[in-house]
Amino acid sequence: MPLFLNDEQTMLRDTARDFVGENAPVANLRRLRDSDDATGFDRALWKQFAEMGFTGILIGEDAGGLGLGHVEAGVVLEEIGRNLSPSPFLSTAVAAVAALDGTAQAERWFPGILSGETVAALAIDEGPKHRDGVTMRAERAGNGFRLSGAKQFVTHGHVADLLIVAARTAGSDADAEGVTLFAVPADAAGLTATPERLADSSIAARLTFEGVAVDGDAVIGEVDAGRAPLDRLLRAGRTGASAELLGVGGGAMDLTVGYLKQRKQFGALIGSFQALQHRAAHLYAELEVARAAVLKAQQLLDAEDAAADQAVSVAKAMTGLATTLSVQEGVQMHGGIGMTDEYDIGFFMKRARVLAEMFGDANFHADRVARGRGY
Amino acid sequence: MSDLDTFREETRAWLEANCPPEMRAPIVSEKDVVWGGRDQSRLTAPQKTWLDRMAARGWTVPDWPKKYGGGGLSAAETKLLREEMARIKARSPLNSFGISMLGPALLKYGTEAQKLEHLPKIARGEIRWCQGYSEPNAGSDLASLATSAEDAGDHFIVNGQKVWTSYADQADWIFCLVRTDKTTKQGGISFVLFDMASPGVSTKPILLISGYSPFCETFFDDVKVPKANLVGDLNKGWDVAKYLLGHEREMISGMGLSGGGDALVEGALATVGVDAEGRLADPLLRAQIALYEVRALAFAAQSERFIDELKAGQAHPAQPSMMKYYGTELNKARHELSMAAGGSDAVEWESERSGGGRAARAWLRTKANSIEGGTSEIQLNIVAKRILELPG
Ligand SMILES: Cc1cc2nc3c(=O)[nH]c(=O)nc-3n(C[C@H](O)[C@H](O)[C@H](O)COP(=O)(O)OP(=O)(O)OC[C@H]3O[C@@H](n4cnc5c(N)ncnc54)[C@H](O)[C@@H]3O)c2cc1C
Repeated sequence: MPLFLNDEQTMLRDTARDFVGENAPVANLRRLRDSDDATGFDRALWKQFAEMGFTGILIGEDAGGLGLGHVEAGVVLEEIGRNLSPSPFLSTAVAAVAALDGTAQAERWFPGILSGETVAALAIDEGPKHRDGVTMRAERAGNGFRLSGAKQFVTHGHVADLLIVAARTAGSDADAEGVTLFAVPADAAGLTATPERLADSSIAARLTFEGVAVDGDAVIGEVDAGRAPLDRLLRAGRTGASAELLGVGGGAMDLTVGYLKQRKQFGALIGSFQALQHRAAHLYAELEVARAAVLKAQQLLDAEDAAADQAVSVAKAMTGLATTLSVQEGVQMHGGIGMTDEYDIGFFMKRARVLAEMFGDANFHADRVARGRGY
Repeated sequence: MSDLDTFREETRAWLEANCPPEMRAPIVSEKDVVWGGRDQSRLTAPQKTWLDRMAARGWTVPDWPKKYGGGGLSAAETKLLREEMARIKARSPLNSFGISMLGPALLKYGTEAQKLEHLPKIARGEIRWCQGYSEPNAGSDLASLATSAEDAGDHFIVNGQKVWTSYADQADWIFCLVRTDKTTKQGGISFVLFDMASPGVSTKPILLISGYSPFCETFFDDVKVPKANLVGDLNKGWDVAKYLLGHEREMISGMGLSGGGDALVEGALATVGVDAEGRLADPLLRAQIALYEVRALAFAAQSERFIDELKAGQAHPAQPSMMKYYGTELNKARHELSMAAGGSDAVEWESERSGGGRAARAWLRTKANSIEGGTSEIQLNIVAKRILELPG
């Protein structure tokens, strides 16, 4: 398979580019922020995503989806990133779908995701840095379980219909196994969600579970064997976040290069200064390399290749590095106007920071690559 | 089974049967690289066997047309052949400026007679080529070159000096930029080929910081060059030169890929050791290597993407500049890390255990990566102007 988009994927990209650009440009984020919107995204727009078929990209055709892959999901995510569009697409249509796929829970939740009714949130992180370990407990109680503990950085966690929760049902905190993944309805008793506004104006919740009772059939996959669906979720989420980061980095670069061609100082366009040209060209190179890493991870995931795991970490780390550079250089090369709230470049910087932390930052993933390679 | 699957199976079987075991070992020194040329006495028996067998199939240049000594393979087949060679760690049977630089330029700009004359010899490794571009006062500003070619009826008379001519002292022929019109800059350059054994050609080696001297000053004193050896039109050599440079940059960018991180990691583990958790005991070195590896693995994907796009005619023509820039900076970073990992062992210059200073010399050699074939600064200029379309 060549490492570039085929004709159908290019068509989908163009469709997504038009759709997101028209319906959810950066101005949309600014409007949501200025109106202090408490949801964090636009539900009507989420419905439109569904009408476009986007929410079913990773859902099989037999279940009413498009039966496409991570390359296609990434194409949409990149446009979401480029436009800084607040959307539950990554958590719901990508990560949650990957976790639910092939389990008994799919039948229950896929229709809502397909129709744009359902929003899913991922209760995975337990501390301010993403880690592989799970310490939150789920004790057996009757036919079901009682969940106790806390999660944080749960995007849309305060308004989601479905929470995907990783909890420990066996073993000790350090063990990789012994984890079970639960599909928890948002209205479960004993569950408190405290929304926190983040730097990029998105909202993530801190969740506390105080003996939250769930049925046995809330288990995604098998009890004690949640590592498999959790890994599916993480691989999809990490790859998707990489694609979105790539969009953020690319959007920031476009804005910056555009500015270099328009701003005059010393009687010349600042883009004619070699010091800036070289930095812009270096930035371009970093983003091209990041783009390849993302596409590689997507293709390997779609091919269910054993090498996908490393490729996913390379993609997340590389986009973290490249996009961080892009937004930093973006603000610097805009000069003073780059520091103003009125101008958009700062929005890119804030979004990049949040996405960089999501599902593990560049250091976390570089470390994973190192371990995988035996050092 | 698809045609490609069949091709893969047959290729695998053929390589298995024909690639000598000695040619499946990693390249350690310059001596392991086969450059070909009139003087084949330099080749070991396995090198010669491997070259001849691959050349007989046209697989030294798998995607060139068969009539020019190539394999006539499609892009997909070529990729597959490379994969199968990589699978058994087969060495490249032949390295040459003919394959990576002159060949593509001749395929595009050469006359049929020139193609039939030169390409098959390149494919079989019979003629070793060198590149006569740079001059003492024409480096980055290559178009200011002064070596002149005077019209003398059916031939030119070439006078002047080149510098940095890699392997000029071992090359059989040179592809050379000469000035045929002094009144304009780019528009007065022509591209000619001639035999290094021609009367009036002489070379003088230049010693590098690595202690090696594969580079030369090259002097031309009334050298007679037949007009049939002009490639492209008179005074239009700059187009050929630029096209060829694109291929040179493409080739050099491959350095970012050479070796990957394996040797680096092994070297670091051997010198630094591991901590209680089995991780490299120097945490900062470990972090630096890990971040390097992220970039190297991402660049490997980018190289694959670049080749795929190139084959499909989708790559921006200035993209080789980006690849050259990134690949060479990455390669330099790898060698800098390998020196850091090697510690005092790596700075030994002559000892037997250091293989005659192999690590140190290789490290020093890589410092030229971001100079040769056009400096990193020049590549960034090209990306800025031609891809990002920045002004001035
Ligand atoms: C190991 C090695 C092998 C080589 N092999 C060959 C060969 O086989 N054949 C051949 O013809 N040549 C060869 N070269 C020559 C090589 O192409 C030149 O060295 C190179 O193009 C740079 O030219 P220069 O050395 O004259 O540096 P200069 O052009 O003098 O540059 C000096 C510095 O100024 C910078 N600079 C120059 N112009 C600009 C600008 N416009 N903007 C920003 N910065 C600028 C450069 O980037 C560099 O940092 C080789 C060189 C080396 C080191």
